[in-house]
Amino acid sequence: MRRFKEFLIEKIILLNGFACILFVILIFFFLAKDGLTLFKTVSPWHFLFGTLWNPLAEPPQVGILPLFLGSLIVTLGATVISVPLGMACAIFIGEIAPRWIRELLKAGVELLAAIPSIVIGFIGMTMLGPIVKNLFHLPTGLTALTGSLALAFMAIPTIVSIMEDAISSVPRSYKEGSLALGATHWQTIHRVIIPAASSGIVAAVMLGIGRVIGETMAVMMLTGNASVLPKTILEPVRTMTATIAAEMGETVRGSEHYFALFALGLVLFVITFFINLAADAALHQKQK
Amino acid sequence: MVDKIVVENLSIDYGGVRVLKDMSLSVKEHEILGVIGPANSGKTSFLRALNRLNDLDISSRLSGSIRLNGKDINREMDAEEVRKKVAMVFALPIPLPMSIFDNIAYGPRRHGVKKKKKLEEIVEQSLKAAFLWEEVKDRLSSSGMKLSGGQQQRLCIARTLAVEPEVILYDEPCSGLDPISTAKVEDAMRELKNRYTQILVTNNVKQAARVGDRVAFFLMGELVEIGEAGQLFTAPKDKRTEDYLTGRFG
Ligand SMILES: Nc1ncnc2c1ncn2[C@@H]1O[C@H](COP(=O)(O)OP(=O)(O)OP(=O)(O)O)[C@@H](O)[C@H]1O
Ligand SMILES: [Mg+2]
Repeated sequence: MRRFKEFLIEKIILLNGFACILFVILIFFFLAKDGLTLFKTVSPWHFLFGTLWNPLAEPPQVGILPLFLGSLIVTLGATVISVPLGMACAIFIGEIAPRWIRELLKAGVELLAAIPSIVIGFIGMTMLGPIVKNLFHLPTGLTALTGSLALAFMAIPTIVSIMEDAISSVPRSYKEGSLALGATHWQTIHRVIIPAASSGIVAAVMLGIGRVIGETMAVMMLTGNASVLPKTILEPVRTMTATIAAEMGETVRGSEHYFALFALGLVLFVITFFINLAADAALHQKQK
Repeated sequence: MVDKIVVENLSIDYGGVRVLKDMSLSVKEHEILGVIGPANSGKTSFLRALNRLNDLDISSRLSGSIRLNGKDINREMDAEEVRKKVAMVFALPIPLPMSIFDNIAYGPRRHGVKKKKKLEEIVEQSLKAAFLWEEVKDRLSSSGMKLSGGQQQRLCIARTLAVEPEVILYDEPCSGLDPISTAKVEDAMRELKNRYTQILVTNNVKQAARVGDRVAFFLMGELVEIGEAGQLFTAPKDKRTEDYLTGRFG
């Protein structure tokens, strides 16, 4: 009887595991099926490197380069802002802060993670936008920079919590070994703790970027949604996610536009897949 | 001989529990002081106080004074200065996660030595002094963590020597080593005598007898007895020391 129970539980767990993988594969095939249909009428070259996104024109223009660059510029901006901030925060929490401040900060970071992205978008629109507009004397405050700033806030909790984990799991003996040789606290952090935690730190950055690329709501509200090739970070841009969200509702099923949006989703899927893969590889390197 | 370290009325509490009680003793220049005592007697706590590593335990409170060359280490020196002069070799030899060369160059680099030539010189000398040079000279760039336990311990001694301390503290440095490695570590200590003051905490009474000039016996946070090794082992003054040495203890 007990063995039967063991057997059953084992199989159920196995089944669940397989179900997860199955769903991922199904989603991928679903995306690929409709996405790849596009290439019957549009060459992949024109799709990937075309500089015009105007699917309602006649004939439809479905070059995703402006959208890809829009996503890239917003993501890069968010990364440049969130990584140093997140890293400093993680080091402070993990190494420097006295215990009560540490607990307070950890709670704060978790709270930040709990804010719905629509709320961040909302705050960004009413507060961040005007600030950016006035600061740089722009015609509009809805720019790539505004989106980057808001996204940085969303990536910081992920980055901080994973980095802090990595930093606090560095063996105490490394730290003491370094200090016992007369190194200062900062030298110890810089020369021993950060290198020892580096794989976790890379993973944290990757997962933070993954979060930023996939984000939709806030960027849709904040980046101005102009599908033009961005030249600076102070112009309105449009990201891949925002495009899909905005246009999926109004497209005709089976049209070229429809398939183009699926193909766009496919590109997004591939990008996030590789970022997660890289994060995973970084994390596993540590266990070796 | 001159007193290198003078400890006066040293007491240590961890979160209100007293683990070292009103201890006074001095360590002479260039001697090896053996410290023996059962588990929990406060030996590690004593060593960690001497190079201020117990600063890291926020629950620890220390009273009394420790003087190094006449200077109070808690009031007249900063922690880095103390730790550079009073270096520690831990019970479990844990190399830093870097190459053999970098492990040893770590300390000197932190203290401002930049020239490659000078670093190479320091690395070679330190490894020689720790009796490890012959075994590793051909693979200085491989990871320090790939060495055997005995080699790792000597690597840790070498990296300690590289910062040119004045005092070296050893906390049960041979607890995980086989007799041959232990003998090598002990040889290194004897060899280092004419340049350093050394304090050796050990669970192995025989080891204290082999290398210690003087020996201190700790029990439950108290210093029961301190004296010349020959005298303490053959004619202990305190009944408790005798009981411990003859294994009639607790
Ligand atoms: N960081 C700490 N926080 C709280 N208590 C501590 C800490 N370090 C040591 N203690 C306590 O101090 C007492 C003495 O410990 P210590 O490590 O100095 O003994 P020891 O003589 O080195 O023992 P052993 O031979 O087992 O290494 C123990 O009761 C221990 O629980
Ligand atoms: Mg101990």
